[in-house]
Amino acid sequence: MFVRMIAKAFLRQWKKMLMIAFTIALGASLATAMLSVMMDVEDKMNQELKAYGANITVVPKSASVISDLYDVGDENVSGTYLKEDELGKIKTIFWAFNIVDFTPFISTEVTLDNGDKGQVTGTWFNHHMDLPTGEELDAGIASLRSWWTITEGEWLDEQGSHSGDYAMVGTLYAQRENLSVGDKIHVTGSAADKELEVVGIFDAGGDEDDLIYVPVDTAQELGGLEGKIDSIEVSALTTPDNELAVKAARDPSSLSVSQYETWYCTAYVSSICYQIEEVITDSVASAVRQVADSEGQILNKTKLLMILITILSMVGAALGICNLVTASVMERSQEIGLMKAIGAHNPAITALVLAEVMCTAVIGGIAGFYAGIGFAQIIGHSVFDSAISIRPMVVPVVGVLVAIVTLIGSIPAIRMLLNLRPTEVLHGR
Amino acid sequence: MSLLELKNVSKIYGSLHALDHVSLKVEKGEWLAIMGPSGSGKSTMMNIIGALDKATEGEILLDGVDIAKKNARALTDIRRDKIGLIFQQFHLVSYLTAVENVMLAQYYHSVPDEKEALEALDRVGLADRAHHYPSQLSGGEQQRVCVARALINYPEIILADEPTGNLDEANEEIVVELFRKLHMDGTTLVVVTHNPEVAEVAQRTIVLRNGRVDHEMINENFTGKIKHITLQ
Repeated sequence: MFVRMIAKAFLRQWKKMLMIAFTIALGASLATAMLSVMMDVEDKMNQELKAYGANITVVPKSASVISDLYDVGDENVSGTYLKEDELGKIKTIFWAFNIVDFTPFISTEVTLDNGDKGQVTGTWFNHHMDLPTGEELDAGIASLRSWWTITEGEWLDEQGSHSGDYAMVGTLYAQRENLSVGDKIHVTGSAADKELEVVGIFDAGGDEDDLIYVPVDTAQELGGLEGKIDSIEVSALTTPDNELAVKAARDPSSLSVSQYETWYCTAYVSSICYQIEEVITDSVASAVRQVADSEGQILNKTKLLMILITILSMVGAALGICNLVTASVMERSQEIGLMKAIGAHNPAITALVLAEVMCTAVIGGIAGFYAGIGFAQIIGHSVFDSAISIRPMVVPVVGVLVAIVTLIGSIPAIRMLLNLRPTEVLHGR
Repeated sequence: MSLLELKNVSKIYGSLHALDHVSLKVEKGEWLAIMGPSGSGKSTMMNIIGALDKATEGEILLDGVDIAKKNARALTDIRRDKIGLIFQQFHLVSYLTAVENVMLAQYYHSVPDEKEALEALDRVGLADRAHHYPSQLSGGEQQRVCVARALINYPEIILADEPTGNLDEANEEIVVELFRKLHMDGTTLVVVTHNPEVAEVAQRTIVLRNGRVDHEMINENFTGKIKHITLQ
C-alpha cells in the first residue's frame, strides 16, 4: 500500500515532483561539477603553474651555507659543485612522477675579445637523457623557461643542428655588443677558448637578458669544470603546504614516525626537496618560496571558491526544495488531515512524504550528477584545455549532500505536517 | 453502561463557549441525530466525540474510557480502532481508487486486504465501481465509498458530519437507506445534520443551540411520530 501510494502520488503531482527533481538536479550538477574540478584542479593548476618556472633549486651544501651567511645570491663562491652524472637520479625519487622538468646550470668567467670580463652560463636547452630506470627524458631550459620569447633566430637545439659551439644571448647583451643571429663571439675561459655562434636572441624580461647561454659541456670546457654543475632548477608538481609540511620543512627529524611517513609520501615541496637531497650528493634543495607559496595560495583559494559555490548551490537547492515541498504539503493538507483522522500517526505520514521527496531526490540527484559531469568537462576544456577526470569519491559525496539538502529542505514541510490538525482542514475550522 | 457518555463537556475558544456543559448518553446500537443552527456547536461536538479535538473541560467516556484525558497519540489510536468517520466533503484521496481509499483505512489500522475492502464496497452497492477514481464517481457514490471506509475496521461507533449535505435527493435517499441498514445490523450511529428529513429517520435527535442541548426528540418505532421533549 505504501509503495502504491507513493507511486500514485508521484503520477498525480508529476509536475511538482519534476520541479523538485529539477531543483535537486541543479544543485547536484553544480556540486558534482565543482567537486570534480576541485579534486582534479590540483593537477591541472600545477601544470598551469609550471609555466611560471622552477619551484625547487638545488645547490651544493657549502654554497648554500655561504649564501645563507653572506647573502651572495646565485654566485658560486664556495668553489664546490654538484655532479652532473647524478642528475638522472632526480627522476628516481619517490615522487619522480611529479618531477616535470629540470635543468642544470654551470657558470664560468670568460674574457671577451675587447678585454671585458663576462660570464657564460651553461645549461640544457632540450637535453635528452636515458634514465637509470630505463625511461627517457627530454628536459631543459626551453620548456622550463617557457615565457622567454625568441626575438631573433631560434632555440638552441642540442639534439639537432646545434651540437657544438653555439650560444643564445639575451636582448640586452645583443644590443650592447651589436650581435645578430649568425654572428660569432670569441670567449676565453680559464681552460679553453671558443668561437660561439649566436643561434638565437631571447627576451626573458630579467637579468638573463644580459647573459650568454651555452650548452653545459661548452661552459664546462671553458672553465675546466668537466662533470661539474653549480645548481639545478627543478619544476615539480606539489601539494600545497600545511602545518605538517611547514614543521617538516624546518626539521624533518622533529616528526613522529607516522607524521614522517605521511609527509614523505605526500608531494609537499619540502618532502620532494628532501628526497632530491637524498639522491644528489652534498646538495641542498630548497623551495623557490615565491612560486611555491603562490601555487599553494592559488590552489587553496581556487578550492575555497569551488567549495563556496558548492555550498551556495546546495543552499539554493535546499531553499527551492523547501518552497516546493511546503507548497506540496499545503496542497495536500486535506489528504494529510484525513490520514490523521482515520488513524495515521505522524511518523507514518512523515515517512510517506519523505519517501516521495527522497525518490524525487534520487532521480534528480542522478540526473544532476550526469549533468555535473558534463559541466565539469566544459569547465575543464574551457579553462584547462583538458578533460576533468571524475573521481569515484564524488559519487558518495554528492549522494550524501543531496540527501542532507533534501532532508533540510523538507524540514519546514514536515513541521507543518506534524502541526496540522485534522479538524482545521477537514471542517475548515 | 452507555457506549458514549458526555459529562459536562465544554469547549471554549477565548470568550466563546462552543460547547457549554453538555451532557449526553448514546447507547450501543443507537442511532442519534444531532441538529441545530449554524454555530450551535454541532461540529465541535462531533470533533470532540470523534477524538479529533479535545474538550476544555468535562468527561467523554467512550466504551468506559475517558478520552478527554488522552494525549494526541492515544486519540489517534482511538480514532483508528473505535471510530468510523464520514464527512460532508467525503475527503477521499483523489489519486487512489475507491477500493484503495477503503484499504487506506485498513493500512493505518492493521493490514490492507483488498478482498475485504471489495466486500465493504459491495455492502454499499459499489462493487462495480471499486476501481474508479473519486473524480469518476458521483457525489452519492463518493459518500458511499466514505461509508465503506468508515466501516472497514468494524468501529464501535460511526460519526457522520452532514453526510447528505453535498448530495441530491436521490443520493440522500440512498445514503439514509444505508444508515438504516447499518442501524439494523447493530451499528451505533451519530449523525450531525441540518436536514430534518435525515434527522427524523434517526432513533433519537438532539437539538443544540448556543452550545447547549436545547431539546431532544425521540422517533418512536420509526413510525414518523415524533415525541417532543423540552429539556431544562
